[in-house]
Amino acid sequence: MSKLSFRFSRKYLAIPYAVFLLCFIIVPLLLIIYYAFTNGGGEFSLNNLNKFFTDPTKLNVLFVSLLIGFMNTAICLIIGYPLAYFLASKRYNINKIMVLLFIMPMWINFVLRTGATRDLLVWIGLGGGHYPILATMIGMAYNYLPFVILPLYTTMLKMDQSLIEAASDLGATPKQVFFKTVVPLSSPGIVSAATMVFMPTMSSYVISDVLSEGQIILFGNSIYLNFSQGQWNDGSFMAFVLLVIILVSMLFTKNVKKDEDARGSIW
Amino acid sequence: MVKKIFVKSYVWLFLLLMYLPIFTLIVFSFTEATNVGDWTGFSFGLYAKLFKDQETMVALSNTVLIAVVSAVVSTILGTLGAIGIFYSKKRAKNALELVGQIPVVNPEIVIALSLTILFVFLGIRFNFLTLLIGHVVLTLPFVVLSVRPKLMQMDPNIYEAALDLGASPIYALRKVIVPEILPGIFSGFLLAITLSLDDFIITAFTRNNSFQTLSTLVQTKIKKGPIPSQLRALTTIIFLLALVVVIVTNLNLRRQSAKIRRQQKNEV
Repeated sequence: MSKLSFRFSRKYLAIPYAVFLLCFIIVPLLLIIYYAFTNGGGEFSLNNLNKFFTDPTKLNVLFVSLLIGFMNTAICLIIGYPLAYFLASKRYNINKIMVLLFIMPMWINFVLRTGATRDLLVWIGLGGGHYPILATMIGMAYNYLPFVILPLYTTMLKMDQSLIEAASDLGATPKQVFFKTVVPLSSPGIVSAATMVFMPTMSSYVISDVLSEGQIILFGNSIYLNFSQGQWNDGSFMAFVLLVIILVSMLFTKNVKKDEDARGSIW
Repeated sequence: MVKKIFVKSYVWLFLLLMYLPIFTLIVFSFTEATNVGDWTGFSFGLYAKLFKDQETMVALSNTVLIAVVSAVVSTILGTLGAIGIFYSKKRAKNALELVGQIPVVNPEIVIALSLTILFVFLGIRFNFLTLLIGHVVLTLPFVVLSVRPKLMQMDPNIYEAALDLGASPIYALRKVIVPEILPGIFSGFLLAITLSLDDFIITAFTRNNSFQTLSTLVQTKIKKGPIPSQLRALTTIIFLLALVVVIVTNLNLRRQSAKIRRQQKNEV
């Protein structure tokens, strides 16, 4: 008779975690794919795919989302890169607390902040009723700037300063030093900043809805609408399109080493 | 010199812009007009109105409730998960790390929709538990990310030493591993709280419609008009709380680094 005995091993501690991941991450994602490729009756169909690629409103959502996603990523990088550079550079001797000050608005409720931006823009006459695109872009840049500053700032702090000194010692002009040394050295930060802005912008709901007064429909707005009308198949196909876009962008960035998620460094 | 002035003004300009919407609300929290921009005389009226506003008070307590409960669940599940993964074999480790980080890259709207579909598929009614699951999915990867580096820094021999000295595995875990990784657990917990407090999309999808959090309440209000005036007073209070938290953590960090420096000096 063999005696079954349970021997504790530290790896068993991951079992509840693994079960949770299976139930609430893997299964739900599989369900999205299932709903994306079935009709209301549960039969396999490419109807949702056909509808997505022939419906001008849905194609418009895809186009506008990609456009606003790219624009916001560019704006945030253009504003945020010099900010992170100045904050990290020892030459300008800017207090460390300044970095914290740039992140602190994130502690105020996100919906409240978005509403505040909208009310301020309406007050100064730049409200979304008249300028939906401008108002939305301001709201997006305002919200995502900290997400660009953080990863760039941490990468720049870790940059090997001797390489930069070496470049100027060897006769590079300040411009050459910047474009040939600083930018390439900070590319991991640029990539992680861009990935942290692009997808969330494309799929956002509150910012575009509130700031454009409902005039700009992004992926988030479209999926939210499908959700509130109980159209699971349509919504799932849109979510599936987002998943494909993520996979494609991961293929593009997979060779670049990324910094840790900046949200992780708030504390 | 000119360059230095340019740099400082660039930084200060954007810092000012970051705070402009918040400061506007704070300034106009001291007057009772409906719209931001109208000044009808100084008053603390909105603060009184805020505390009498039952709807907002309930939403606030709901927000704190779900944040604390989900952060506790996430911290326990994530810490055990991180320890388990750390001691797993390579294949299980890679698989768990990959799946565990999906919610970080996955847009929130996809997480929200996928969970909603799961609950609808299983015929589960939306209640506090479904909302809790949503928030745990959102925050769990960040707990694991906070704990993992502390496990890597830990001396691998101390657990073995505890076992050799007669400690049971559970006892050694509690008395040796957990104290070593406590700072990581703590920062994971704080991060989980901040993410949960701020969440809108996952909450909107997975909650029972009668359960309002601050995010969902503000969203329904600002769809119809300007931010309700008493919420301007709330913004001031949240801002002051955030400021206190920043100052306290900053002082703590300084004290810790001073302590480390002193220890290093003593060792030399």
